[in-house]
Amino acid sequence: MIGTGVLVRLALRRDRLLLPVWILVIVAIPVAIASAIAELYPDVGQRLALGATMMANPALQALTGPIFDPASVGGLTAWRATTFAAVLAGLMSIMLVTRHTRAEEESGRAELIGAAPVGRYALPAAAVIVTGLANLLAALLLVAGLAGQGLPLAGSIAFAGAVAGMGLVFTGIAAVTAQLTANARTANALAVAVLGLFFLLRSAGDASGAEAVSWLSPLGWAQRIRAFADERWWLLAVFAAVAVLLVAGADLLARRRDIGAGLLAARRGPAAASASLRSPLALAWRLQRGMLFGWAAGFAVVGGVFGALAASVGDIVGDIPQIADMLARIGGAGVLVDTFFATQLGLFALVASGYAVQAASRPRAEETIGRAEPVLAASVPRWRWLAGHVACALAGSALILLIAGLAAGLAHGLRIGEPATQATRIAGAALAQVPAVWVLAGITVLLFGLLPRMTAVAWAFLVAFFLLGQLGELLQIDETIRRFSPFAHVPALPGGTATATPFVWLCLTTGVLIAAGVAGFGHRDLKSD
Amino acid sequence: MSSEFAVLINGLTKRFGHVPALDGLDLDVRTGEVHGFLGPNGAGKTTALRVLLGLLRGDSGHAEILGSDPWRDAVALHRRLAYVPGDVTLWPTLSGGEAIDLLARLRGGIDPRRRATLIDRFDFDPTKKGRAYSKGNRQKVALIAALSADVELLLLDEPTAGLDPLMEAAFRECVAEERAAGRTVLLSSHILTEVEALCDRVTIIRAGRAVETGTLTQLRHLTRTSITAELAELPASLAGRPGVHDLAVNGNQVSFEVDAEHLDGVMRLISQAGLRSLICQPPTLEQLFLRHYQVSAS
Ligand SMILES: Nc1ncnc2c1ncn2[C@@H]1O[C@H](COP(=O)(O)OP(=O)(O)OP(=O)(O)O)[C@@H](O)[C@H]1O
Ligand SMILES: [Mg+2]
Repeated sequence: MIGTGVLVRLALRRDRLLLPVWILVIVAIPVAIASAIAELYPDVGQRLALGATMMANPALQALTGPIFDPASVGGLTAWRATTFAAVLAGLMSIMLVTRHTRAEEESGRAELIGAAPVGRYALPAAAVIVTGLANLLAALLLVAGLAGQGLPLAGSIAFAGAVAGMGLVFTGIAAVTAQLTANARTANALAVAVLGLFFLLRSAGDASGAEAVSWLSPLGWAQRIRAFADERWWLLAVFAAVAVLLVAGADLLARRRDIGAGLLAARRGPAAASASLRSPLALAWRLQRGMLFGWAAGFAVVGGVFGALAASVGDIVGDIPQIADMLARIGGAGVLVDTFFATQLGLFALVASGYAVQAASRPRAEETIGRAEPVLAASVPRWRWLAGHVACALAGSALILLIAGLAAGLAHGLRIGEPATQATRIAGAALAQVPAVWVLAGITVLLFGLLPRMTAVAWAFLVAFFLLGQLGELLQIDETIRRFSPFAHVPALPGGTATATPFVWLCLTTGVLIAAGVAGFGHRDLKSD
Repeated sequence: MSSEFAVLINGLTKRFGHVPALDGLDLDVRTGEVHGFLGPNGAGKTTALRVLLGLLRGDSGHAEILGSDPWRDAVALHRRLAYVPGDVTLWPTLSGGEAIDLLARLRGGIDPRRRATLIDRFDFDPTKKGRAYSKGNRQKVALIAALSADVELLLLDEPTAGLDPLMEAAFRECVAEERAAGRTVLLSSHILTEVEALCDRVTIIRAGRAVETGTLTQLRHLTRTSITAELAELPASLAGRPGVHDLAVNGNQVSFEVDAEHLDGVMRLISQAGLRSLICQPPTLEQLFLRHYQVSAS
C-alpha cells in the first residue's frame, strides 16, 4: 500500500516517548520478578514451599493462574508475571491502534492524509505494523532480559512469545473495534472491555478448576504455553492465526464504510433540550452517563460471576487433606471465602480507579477539543464546570463498586442460602474500597488544575499503586514506600476489622487534592493544546 | 464613564512561552457600535477576545469590559454578553437544538420565540447530532445561541467563516437588528465587504498591536487613489514627490498611487504636463487592509 512506510515513520515519530515507556514497563516487570524470585527463594525447598502455599489459595490463582513448575525460578516467574505482562501488552496494543486509526479519523487528520497520494487503507495498515513492531521489540527485549537473568532460553522465548502473542491478538481486536464506532474513546472502551472479559474467563476458570473456561481466553493460552515447564510451542501459532484473522476481519469492515463514519449510522436527536439539561452538572452527567452505564453493567456481571465462584473456593482446597487441617486451625473454609472476596474486591477497586481516572480526565478532553470554551464563556464559574465532572467521577466509582459488591454478595448468598445477609456484607466491604479509589480521582483533578498537559500521568500513578500492591510483598519493597499507595490503607474486608481512621485520612487527602486542583484551574489560562 | 465604552483595552500584553501574542494592544469599543476587528492570521484577535472573556489572563496592561474586570468578574459579566468562537466543536451525543438550549440556559435563559425565528432564518436543522453537522451548520449553533440571548455585548470571532452567501446575508440582517436594538458588537472578521457593510468603526491589529483605528470614513482618508495617465512629457519632480508611491513609467504612460492628502498637488502637476488620458481609481479599504497586512508579511 502506497504511503504506508511514511505513515509508519510518522507514527514512530509521534510516539517516540510513549512507545519506549510502554515497552520498558512490559519488559521490566517480568525481569524484576525473575530476579526477585531468584534472590528471595534461592533453593528448591523454599520454592516448593512458596508454590504449595500459593496453590492453596484459589483467590490468588484467580488473579495469577496456575503454577506449572514450582521447583524452578522460571516456573515461578511465568506463574507470577504472565498475566501482568500479557495484560500490559494488550493495553499497549489497544492504545496504539486506536490512537493511529480512529483517533486520527475523529480529529480530521486522517482526511488530510487521505487526500494525499496514499493508499486508502494505509492508515490502519501503518497502525497495525507499528503495533506489531512494538510487540516484537518487547518480545526480543524480554528474551534478552530473562535469559540474562540466567533462565533457560527456550522458556524465555515461550514466555516472550506469549506476551507478544497477546499483544498481537489485541492489535487485531482494537483494529476491529476501531472500525465499529466513530468515536475513539468508545473504540478503546470496547477493546478494553474485551480484555476484561478474557481476564474474567481465565480467572473464573482457574479459580473454580474449570479448565475449559480458561481455554476460551487468550490470557489462558498465555499461561498454558507452559513457559519453563515443558513448553507447548503450537500455542504460538494459535496466537498468530487469531491475530491474522482479526486483522483480516478489520480490513473487511473498513471496506464497508466511509472515512470518519462508524458502522452504525448516526441517529437524530431532539430538537430542543429537556428541562433538566440546564446546569454544568447536568451536562457532565449527560456526557458521562453512557460510560458509567457500561462500567456498571460490566461490574455487575463480573461481580456476579466471582460471587457465584466463591463457595467453590473452599471446596477445592478442602479436598487436599493437609490444607484442610490447616484451614480448620485458622477458622474454617469461611476464612478462605472471606480472603477470596477481599482479594477480588481489591482488584475491583483497582479497575474502578481506572474508571475514576477516566471520568476525572474528561474535563481535560473537553478543554483540549474546545468544548470547554463556549460553556465557560457562558455564565458558568470554572469550579462549577469542573465540579460536575468530579461529581460524576466520585459518585460513579462508588456506584460501580457498590454494584459489584451487591452482585457478588447476592450470587454467593443465593448459593449458600442467605442472600440478604451476604449482599449487605459484601457490598459494605466493596464500599470500604471507595475512599482509596477517590484518591486517584483527586490526583487526576490536581494534575488537571496545576499541570493540565500532564493529566494523563494519573494513569502512571494507578499503575504504580497496582504494582506496589500486587508485587510489593513478593519483591520485598520497603513498607514505607508501599504505604504511598492508598490501597495499602484499606483494611482487608470482609473478615478483617476496620476503624474509621484510614477512611477519614483517605477522604481528607482526596478533599485536599481536589480543592488544590479546582483552585489551580481557577487561576490558570484555558489551554487548548 | 463605563457606559461610554463597552470594551476598553490599554497596553495589553499576553505571551505564550516566548511568543508574544499581544504586545501592548489598545482597543476601545463604544457602547452601541459595531466594531470591526481585523488583522492578518496570527495577529492576536482570538487571543484578545479570549482575554476579554476571562478564558486567558493578560500578563500586563489594562482590560475592561462593560465596566468590569474580565478575569475577576467573569461569571457576572458573561450574563451580559454572548460569544461565538471561531472554531465551533459540538458534543457528539447532543443534538444541535440541545446544544443551543444548553448554552443559552447556562447564560441565564432563552427567548423561545427568538430561538424559533433564528432557526428559521438560518435554515437550521436542530435534530442532528454533533458530528453530523457540516462546518457552516456547526457555526450556526453558536450563532443562534448567541443571537437569541438578551445581552448588551456580542463578541463574534469570525462568525461567518463557513457560512454560504445566503446565510451570510441573514447574519448581516441580524447584526443590523442587534445594533438597532442598542447592542454593542465586536466583530473579528477577514471578510472586508462584511466589515464595510456592518461596522461603524474598525481596528486593525498586527503582531499583537493596533496599527489603525477609526471610522470607515477616517480610514478611507488613509487610502490612496491609483492613477494611470498618458502625458506629453514626464514631470521630473513626480518621482520622489511626497505622497506618491509605486511609480511606474512606461514610455509616455505613468501609473502610481497617491495619498489622499497629496492628491490635489499631484493632479495640478500632471495636468500641466500635457495630459492626454487619465484613469483614476477611487480608494478602496481593501487596499488599505492589504497594505497593513503585507507589511507584517515582510
Ligand atoms: N495556546 C497557545 N499557545 C501558544 N501560542 C499561541 C496560543 N494561542 C495563540 N498563540 C499564538 O498567538 C498568536 C496570536 O494568535 P491568535 O489566535 O490570537 O491569532 P488570530 O488573530 O486570531 O489569527 P486568525 O486570523 O488566524 O484567527 C499566534 O502567533 C499564535 O500562534
Ligand atoms: Mg482567530
